[in-house]
Amino acid sequence: MNAAPDVPAKDAQDERLEPRLQGALREMLTSNWLVTVAALLLALIVSGVLIAAADEDVHTTASYLFARPTDFLSAVWNSVWHAYVALFQGAIVDPTASTFAKAVRPLTETMTWSVPLILAGLGLAVGFRAGLFNIGAQGQIILGAVFGGYIGFAFGLPPVLHLLLAIIAAALGGAIWAGIAGFLKARTGANEVIVTIMLNNIAVYLVAYLLTTTAFKREGSNNPQSPPIDSTAIYPRLLGDDFRLHAGFLLAIVATVFVWWLMDRSTLGFQFRAVGANPSAARTAGININRIYLLVMITSGALAGLAGSAQVLGTEKVLTAGVAASFGFDAITVALLGRSKPLGTFLAGLLFGALRAGGFAMQSRTGTPIDIVLVVQSLVVLFIAAPPLVRAVFRLPSPGRRQQISPTPAPVTKEAAA
Amino acid sequence: MKLELRGITKRFGTLVANDHIDLVVEPGEIHALLGENGAGKSTLMNVLYGFYDPDEGQILVDDQPVTFTGPGDAMAAGIGMVHQHFMLVPVFTVAENVVLGYEPTTSGGLIDLPEARRRVKEISDRFGFDVDPDAMVEDLPVGAQQRVEIIKALSRDAKVLILDEPTAVLTPQETDELIAIMRQLKAAGTSIVFITHKLREVRAVADRITVIRRGKVVGSADPQSSETELASLMVGRSVSLGVDRAAAQPGEVALQVRDLTVLDEAGVRQVDGISFDVARGEIVAIAGVQGNGQTELTEVVLGLQPALAGSVTLDGKELLGRSVKEVLTAGVGFVPEDRTEDGIVADFSVAENLILDLYDTPAFASGISLDPAKVRANAEQRTVEFDVRTPSVDAHAGTLSGGNQQKVVLAREMSRPLRLLIASQPTRGLDVGSIEFVHKRIVTERDSGTPVIIVSTELDEVLDLADRIVVMYRGRIVGTVDASAATPDRDVLGLMMAGVPQEEAVKQAASHHTVLGEADIEAAEEESE
Repeated sequence: MNAAPDVPAKDAQDERLEPRLQGALREMLTSNWLVTVAALLLALIVSGVLIAAADEDVHTTASYLFARPTDFLSAVWNSVWHAYVALFQGAIVDPTASTFAKAVRPLTETMTWSVPLILAGLGLAVGFRAGLFNIGAQGQIILGAVFGGYIGFAFGLPPVLHLLLAIIAAALGGAIWAGIAGFLKARTGANEVIVTIMLNNIAVYLVAYLLTTTAFKREGSNNPQSPPIDSTAIYPRLLGDDFRLHAGFLLAIVATVFVWWLMDRSTLGFQFRAVGANPSAARTAGININRIYLLVMITSGALAGLAGSAQVLGTEKVLTAGVAASFGFDAITVALLGRSKPLGTFLAGLLFGALRAGGFAMQSRTGTPIDIVLVVQSLVVLFIAAPPLVRAVFRLPSPGRRQQISPTPAPVTKEAAA
Repeated sequence: MKLELRGITKRFGTLVANDHIDLVVEPGEIHALLGENGAGKSTLMNVLYGFYDPDEGQILVDDQPVTFTGPGDAMAAGIGMVHQHFMLVPVFTVAENVVLGYEPTTSGGLIDLPEARRRVKEISDRFGFDVDPDAMVEDLPVGAQQRVEIIKALSRDAKVLILDEPTAVLTPQETDELIAIMRQLKAAGTSIVFITHKLREVRAVADRITVIRRGKVVGSADPQSSETELASLMVGRSVSLGVDRAAAQPGEVALQVRDLTVLDEAGVRQVDGISFDVARGEIVAIAGVQGNGQTELTEVVLGLQPALAGSVTLDGKELLGRSVKEVLTAGVGFVPEDRTEDGIVADFSVAENLILDLYDTPAFASGISLDPAKVRANAEQRTVEFDVRTPSVDAHAGTLSGGNQQKVVLAREMSRPLRLLIASQPTRGLDVGSIEFVHKRIVTERDSGTPVIIVSTELDEVLDLADRIVVMYRGRIVGTVDASAATPDRDVLGLMMAGVPQEEAVKQAASHHTVLGEADIEAAEEESE
């Protein structure tokens, strides 16, 4: 082909991987909200089958299924119903609680859990819309927590300033970590998927190592953990000391609005989206796509770094090796479920926060393993990635695209026809 | 074999792609299916070839109704298709490609390659195709690849051959050879359905012409009809072919290209030391077969590719070594040759596409914040000015027809003061109406004093628009032809595009005219009478 762009390294490496990834990505982003809801419903149904299958009563009744099938069916119903009721009560509101504060605590827990999910999800969403499959939120959260945490416990500063500095440091940490992938992509064409995945691993071991050094290790403790974060650098609690909900949630709201403005209203976001939707056209229109790749990764990483700050300065208040939990990976799901749109990601983050908060209640009350929450999350993504399947199950109409039997042009002919 | 389509209707949702189409192809005739892009020609042929089920209607072969559930059935019934994009495996030999899917096997279950070669050779000899069965397909020129496709169809005993836009990828001389092949096949009793939107070819080769517009058969014509008649039938209104334009008033030289050399990634010289000038108020066409360095030339000027040596100055200022952004800001308007790939962002709205390279200008942004109201207002105005047919300025550009997409690109590039306009393949894949419009706008731009470079592989377009024609072959300039002096000889240009030096080309053309060239001369004589 004659149109030889001056990014040879990229072309050579990504040729096979990229179109498929981007195709799948696009598929996930363009399918409509109805499919999202349907996918969620389908995931809950399939998970219900698993809940029932794991239930003791269901096992017992199944052994005399043919003698008294109603026993079996009611056992199935009970197991699933109780599990999901517990999930709901643990995530939204618990009407059985003794006080009002206890009744609404689940919702505040959901909000608390959702903060890192939303922030990291927004970061990934920015990347996805710019065509960069940043899988490295996990590492970026960790680095955010390391930077933010260090400012938090190592310096004594006045209250507001201390927190502000710690937050900025966290964003910087994430930005640097993601920026490495962005820089390598822009300079050498290294595939961001692979680089960010590898950086995740490096971050995990980096924080484990740091916690053995004198700079980070808590004195007199045998556990690998940092000194506690100074109270001046902690996100203030929003609803008093009885609730864990902290000001990080406000940050998540601000970040959501910011991402909306960035992507839909700013000239920079215009370039992000143009590069994501058609890099060739963007280049032809004078957009420096390598610069954009770098900026996208920095923005994406900074948001993930903020998610790290929510952990270390909000809920955990100490830096440990497990500070990021699995938020970085869940954030991928959140961004995909939210169609990489700010509001969608916000809502998806809340939903996943609810699943997490409710999952604990479900496990303690009905004995349903919390892992089922992971199954639900995974199934949601699986179904969203396969809209035709969901549409077929719910008999939804397929999008009004014209059917095309485009003869796949063989490489020779492309050259010829071009 | 007689092939008949009766009342074929194919709908896609609310769109009726084929509306009760009747078509009869008699044995041994060349039947041209003429229509604009999107008229429903390809859908019809996909129905005929078994890709689509018709919603209504029947296909009859020798007066017997048949149903095809896939291309296999169609092939078995004696229908062969040569797609516009060839269906060949580049790293297979000709023989392997021809038998692919129908491999003759030896008793051990292995492919019987000698038999495959024999089949290719037999057909190749019968029609004088001159194709080596053992040649690797990727090494063959496009015209030869097309012949491989034809052999493939014939080897499966095709009695009706469908050729989908077969000349789109050929040089004038290759087109001439194809026409000869079509006539031979016809003489041997094969019917040919010839899908095209090129009027000249239709007149030269078809026995009967069926014109399709918006999914309906709007009439049939005989090959004696004039091009204007055919065009009017095809478009549904009277059209003026060719461009009404005054002679150029070239001013001072604005663009100077000197000894420009460009290497591709493999180190091959795609542009090899070329020099030419473009003056204000003139249109210079870079003519040539695709892949002779024109793409690289335009991309280097825009800053998309680096040059090895040479200089490109616009109004005395060097363009080489600058970023795309700087070149655009210097007043270069650029219409890329691959509109969907480089010209528009399909997932962006029309309004966004109209500011793709202007988003950061004060007209649309204050600081780093875009002004949606201004973007919208601009889009409303531009779409009217450039007659972009879109449901709204918020519609995704990808949903527009090719012609309207191209108008969006033109509207964008012409919405700032230009010091140079470069348009590559400005009308590729467009319908007659859009071509008229685009050509008119380009001439208007020229008349306002802008130097214009047109890169085109279409001789018709080159002859219509150019004030001067620079013919490129293998990265070099074969010659420059003054288009204003006299009607340039299409055969001379065709030979030059094949690399024959100008003087030699004039000699050769005088001794042997191509079918289309003769048609040109006849037309000119008729006019003068």
